[in-house]
Amino acid sequence: MKFTLSWLKDHLDTNASLTELEAKLSAIGLEVEGIDDPAEKLGAFKVARIVDARRHPDADKLQIVMVEIDKGAPPVEVVCGAPNARTGLVGVFAPLGTYIPGSDITLVKKPVRGVVSNGMMCSAAELELSDESAGIIELPEDMAARVGEAYIDAAGLNDPVIDVSLTPNRPDCTGVRGIARDLAAAGLGTLKPEPTLGAVEGDFDCPVDVKLEFSADTADACPAFAARYVRGVKNGPSPEWMQQRLRAVGLRPINALVDVTNYISQDRGRPLHVYDADKLNGAIVARLGKAGEKFLGLDGKEYAVDDTMCVIADANGPLGFGGIMGGEDSGSTEATVNVLIESAYFDPGRTAATGRKTGLVTDARYRFERGVDPASVLPGLDLATDMILKLTGGKPSKHRMAGTPPVEQRVIAFDYARVAKLSGIDVSDAEITRILEALGCTIAQGGKGKPAQVTVPTWRPDIHGAADLVEEVVRIAGLDRVPSTPLPRPESIAKPVLTERQKRARRARRALAARGLTEAITWSFLPEDDAKLFGGGDAALHLANPISVEMSVMRPGLLPGLISALGRNQNRGVHDVALFELGQAYRGDAEGDQYLSASGVRSGTAKAAGGGRNWDGAAKAVDVFDAKSDVFALLASLNVDPTKAQVTRDAPDWYHPGRSGTLRLGPKTVLAHFGELHPATLKALDVDGPVAAFEVFIDALPAQKAKGRTKPRLEMNDLQAVRRDFAFVLDKDVAAGDVVRAAVGADKALIQDVSVFDVFEGGALEKEGKKSIGIEVVLQPTSETLTDKDIEAVSQKITAAVKKATGGEIRS
Amino acid sequence: MSSTATGSDLKSLETELLAGIAAAGDLPAIEQVRVGVLGKKGRIAELMQTLGKLPPEERKTFGQTVNELKGRVTDALEARKAVLEEAALAQRLANERTDVTLPVRLGPVAEGRIHPVSQVYDECIEIFADLGFSVAEGPDIESDDLNFTKLNIPAEHPARQEHDTFYFQPKEDGSRLLLRTHTSPVQIRTMLGQKPPIRIVAPGRVYRCDSDQTHTPMFHQIEGLVIDETTHMGHLKWVLEEFCKAFFEVDEVKMRFRASHFPFTEPSMEVDVGAEAIGKPGQWLEILGCGMVHPNVIRNCGLDPEKYQGFAFGVGLDRLTMLKYGIPDLRAFFSGDLRWLRHYGFSVLDVPTLSGGISG
Repeated sequence: MKFTLSWLKDHLDTNASLTELEAKLSAIGLEVEGIDDPAEKLGAFKVARIVDARRHPDADKLQIVMVEIDKGAPPVEVVCGAPNARTGLVGVFAPLGTYIPGSDITLVKKPVRGVVSNGMMCSAAELELSDESAGIIELPEDMAARVGEAYIDAAGLNDPVIDVSLTPNRPDCTGVRGIARDLAAAGLGTLKPEPTLGAVEGDFDCPVDVKLEFSADTADACPAFAARYVRGVKNGPSPEWMQQRLRAVGLRPINALVDVTNYISQDRGRPLHVYDADKLNGAIVARLGKAGEKFLGLDGKEYAVDDTMCVIADANGPLGFGGIMGGEDSGSTEATVNVLIESAYFDPGRTAATGRKTGLVTDARYRFERGVDPASVLPGLDLATDMILKLTGGKPSKHRMAGTPPVEQRVIAFDYARVAKLSGIDVSDAEITRILEALGCTIAQGGKGKPAQVTVPTWRPDIHGAADLVEEVVRIAGLDRVPSTPLPRPESIAKPVLTERQKRARRARRALAARGLTEAITWSFLPEDDAKLFGGGDAALHLANPISVEMSVMRPGLLPGLISALGRNQNRGVHDVALFELGQAYRGDAEGDQYLSASGVRSGTAKAAGGGRNWDGAAKAVDVFDAKSDVFALLASLNVDPTKAQVTRDAPDWYHPGRSGTLRLGPKTVLAHFGELHPATLKALDVDGPVAAFEVFIDALPAQKAKGRTKPRLEMNDLQAVRRDFAFVLDKDVAAGDVVRAAVGADKALIQDVSVFDVFEGGALEKEGKKSIGIEVVLQPTSETLTDKDIEAVSQKITAAVKKATGGEIRS
Repeated sequence: MSSTATGSDLKSLETELLAGIAAAGDLPAIEQVRVGVLGKKGRIAELMQTLGKLPPEERKTFGQTVNELKGRVTDALEARKAVLEEAALAQRLANERTDVTLPVRLGPVAEGRIHPVSQVYDECIEIFADLGFSVAEGPDIESDDLNFTKLNIPAEHPARQEHDTFYFQPKEDGSRLLLRTHTSPVQIRTMLGQKPPIRIVAPGRVYRCDSDQTHTPMFHQIEGLVIDETTHMGHLKWVLEEFCKAFFEVDEVKMRFRASHFPFTEPSMEVDVGAEAIGKPGQWLEILGCGMVHPNVIRNCGLDPEKYQGFAFGVGLDRLTMLKYGIPDLRAFFSGDLRWLRHYGFSVLDVPTLSGGISG
């Protein structure tokens, strides 16, 4: 919403400076987006007159002109290239040192082809007043009397433009008068009384009938439609002052009739429309559109209509969208003689919906979708009639009104104590009353102990309850008066607040970063192809209005985003990349389908111990065990014992089928996947392998058992542990995990630990389809030292258990 | 040597042995000397064998003399050995020289990084936890009802359009899910799920279909909500001031409220913070929107707005991060560029605490 300072002063009697106005507007919720002050940009330019012009001795196209820049002072010499420069011309002069906005230069004293120019005569383009650059500005001859004055003063351009960003709840401030009312309430002046109108109600009936044709359930689309006919107008350009104001706020002057409607819309927040009455066929009807109907809009484009949209039509069909835009065919022109003025009320919701469907952003929509003052239907019509009669002459008819404006007298029971209770500010009753009345409320005091009855003005559809009135009071009284008040806090040391899951998420982040991985945050949405590669891409997870195809489907997991990020790093020449993310992914659109994952990728040689070449030995390429190690370390840091879970070979398709695994508790609970990525996955995402990756499902991890603070007593044993090595020859496919599990289970009391110290798959064994696995078994006696016999017995048990489980034989 | 040694024999033997010890040049040589002197077949043992041939009255004296000799020789051997050991160690150390200027790896703890947004997330929670706020969460995929309607944003309200909402395809019943445009639905979930008094913060990802230099289609917010019977705007102001002081780690912070409008709060305010907090005096930074929870919102959650009141605020975590740590471009937050992450990221050990400093 833009307005000029002089326009504001039409409604507000004030001595406040521009700076004071700016600060107050922002403080009371009318945020100033910007102020365009012509004095800053064009203040140095002066009215000047050429008193003599002669050819430049050394240049055909240049003239040397003598310019009178101050009344009575001797003229100064200026070099000018404009073809229209001539003796007697009154124009605009820029002295040396002036910044010329249109050409982005500052004038300095330097000779032009040997003649020193003491300034410049300017074109309109140089002042950024228009695109006209062919010649210098020619002011009317009577401006000769104002030589020496600042050009913006002489031309009436010295009027700062204030641009306010309106919140959607303030339709009243879509008119300058509404802004003036707020400022007056806030103490920056007084609101001037409404102007008195001349006689606007004529003595003949409006020859064009107006009708509302809605069903009962759609009648709110346009509950009131008023019109007045003016016969015999003489249309033409509107007066210069009006054109200047319209231009200043970004509106293009059209003709007096149209300019009046735009002016009132801007001045009062009351949109209007004018029809060339001679182009109408029959009655004017407000109704819903019909499929297949169309019309040519004022913007020259054709619009299709549907049955949700409110249109204004005559016998020939729709003329325009009610509350949004009129039609080209029925609009007024310079030739218009008889005019029909429309002032109506259109429903905010339907106006917004139609506006969105058509993509039309107009000044009328801006106002109607916020809620135009329903009580302004007739006063707006009268104001427009008055201005049109003054500008174009003509004879007004009586007005016609179909329907009734939905004027609602909202009365709110308001206990003044509410102000202090909600805001903490101490505002006196008198001040509360003053503020509300200044904003247009009428107040009936309730008397002792009873709330006041506050009637809300019709232009404030946003005020519904006591809280809204508190807002009005505190924003006008000043939010700087809110006293900072400590929030009561427990008189104890702060208690922990995080849930187990939140603590796990926080710990998981730091655990993974402690393994040398760097945390990334990647988009929650992906290209569809990427989602599909990772088991996602369900129709339910497609955005209906994605910002691009690259961000169109919710991610099924975190890996695709991480792998893409990895690829981008590779493209920058960084190949050892270790990234992780802790965040949400989506199995479906139901609330329970969102899950928390900790996932990571390693490429090149980015191992936990360090990557790259080193004098101490170059790091090897990452592999499945780097990923497995990340998973196990993460689980351990979350107090989940990974060795209690089973490792199975059924990782999803995006992993390398031979070098990947799934960590699970039982058949249903999957804790994690890990492995090298499938070469096809890497190819599809255009990433160089090998890449080791893992996904841990935080929500699937078993809950931490509630336990006391005290740690269990440490049982220490002085008896020496005994270590024994066993080497088994096994079929190549036997899992080492099975060997270990069998050995551990051979004597649970005695066997404390089993580790794999050797795996050998080459040589003669390979030919037989065999391999050898060496395990070290730690035996921990509890009551007495083990004898050779004891050791032999447990060794037999281990050998037998491994053989039974895996078919492995002790290597001879 | 005769079958029995005389005193002078012993004397010359001692001289000879001591000379041999002194002449031993390294540890193997001294060992050889030791075996030759003290071994089972060594010179001392030889002498002792002659003991049996002596008349009984001489045996005692002789034995004593030989033992004394043995003692002196043994001492000499030990002393020489110690000298040689020392020399050998010196020699070994002289040989064991390495280039200690060779570089070493810093190890994974030094390599890894925490994303700045996660760090600031932890910082905010640490501060609000001290004020008794717990952390509430909600899903990204939300219903229209929780994201808008219950928050007092009716279907055709212009405020709804300003949210640039991402929608999913309509369901068979005409409803359609959306990506939450703010963390405010968590307010609703909390109020529907528990009775006041309520003090929560709700951090998380939010989405708007908007993308340019300063907007990304996904970003992070942290929402605050206090509901009880007495909390007013003064408390809100204090909480925000205290938060800003703790977060920006300054003793004083200038703050101003500007009236604004959000459908879910009444009164509504935008809050500017004096940029002194980030070392830029004289400017104001718009950091958040807030207000007293709208009575309709309280009523929509089944609570009595005549009885309960309180405030809510929402602040961009990414924006806080940019302001505090001087990070220029929002879009880089989500690019996964290792150079950026390593530069702006935090060490694992920078755990925000109130005792040690919120920046870790």
